[in-house]
Amino acid sequence: MIQIDLKLFVTLAKYLPVGSQAHEIKEGTCVNDLIRDLGIPHDIVKLIFINGKKQDGNYCIQHKDRVGMFPPVGGG
Amino acid sequence: MVNQGRYNRNLNTISHEEQAILVHSHVAVIGLGGLGGGVCEMLARTGVGTLTLVDGDVFDTTNLNRQLLSREENIGTPKAQEAKERVFAVNSTIQVTAIQAYADETTLYGMIQGVDLVVDCLDTIDTRFLLQEMAQKADLPLVSGAIAGVCGQVTVIFPGDLGYELIYGKRREAQSLGIETLTGNISYCALFIASLQASECIKVLLNRGESLRNKLLIADLWNNSFEVMELI
Repeated sequence: MIQIDLKLFVTLAKYLPVGSQAHEIKEGTCVNDLIRDLGIPHDIVKLIFINGKKQDGNYCIQHKDRVGMFPPVGGG
Repeated sequence: MVNQGRYNRNLNTISHEEQAILVHSHVAVIGLGGLGGGVCEMLARTGVGTLTLVDGDVFDTTNLNRQLLSREENIGTPKAQEAKERVFAVNSTIQVTAIQAYADETTLYGMIQGVDLVVDCLDTIDTRFLLQEMAQKADLPLVSGAIAGVCGQVTVIFPGDLGYELIYGKRREAQSLGIETLTGNISYCALFIASLQASECIKVLLNRGESLRNKLLIADLWNNSFEVMELI
């Protein structure tokens, strides 16, 4: 298992597990796997950031990665 | 000649020379709701000399929770007209053009042609893509803000940048509305993001500081989380 710091923004926050700052996942998990495992509908994740840089869902998550997900925001 | 008394408290954060640049700058603010009302107030007070203010809507009671320009007394009044009156009340030295029209394919290019900078304070994603297209056609930088609940984002898009495609995906696949349809919008978040937009405007106009070009500042006020993400 590896540990990640997981942040889910706006309406995604309700999918945040307890202990999200040291969330444990299997080694070799990609972001799309994580989205599925957390029960997040895939089409509401618009932006994925790993360690502050935009990535896509195929990124293979590494130990100690900071993972952030953001839905589409368009209000003014 | 810059009015020294009016801008005295801008000094020395902004130099005399920089204040003169702002006084001779022209910014178009597209959308005069929660974001746009705050942006035009701050640009007027900072001393941007010419403003074009665009919105086709009128105020209604649902605007009162967050939109700086809305008051109980002006429900039903055009937002562009109220914005112009507010700017004039704050800073009568500013040249203001108020346009009461919605931004669409036929009108937008003409509204922004000849300005120095465009500010996106719109509330639909498809119109944001259209504004980016027109700003790039007019060879203008675009400062963008968007909000949902107590979260928000800010970025700066220059001609030739991928811009919104990096944030919302391909234009033809992007949905029209974001998650704000579920969260609503809260006043202090709208004005917080408007402040960051005003700051980016001044930095772009003065070519000073670190801009959010190809970066996205994401704020979450529930958790005091403020992060600048790299989009490329």
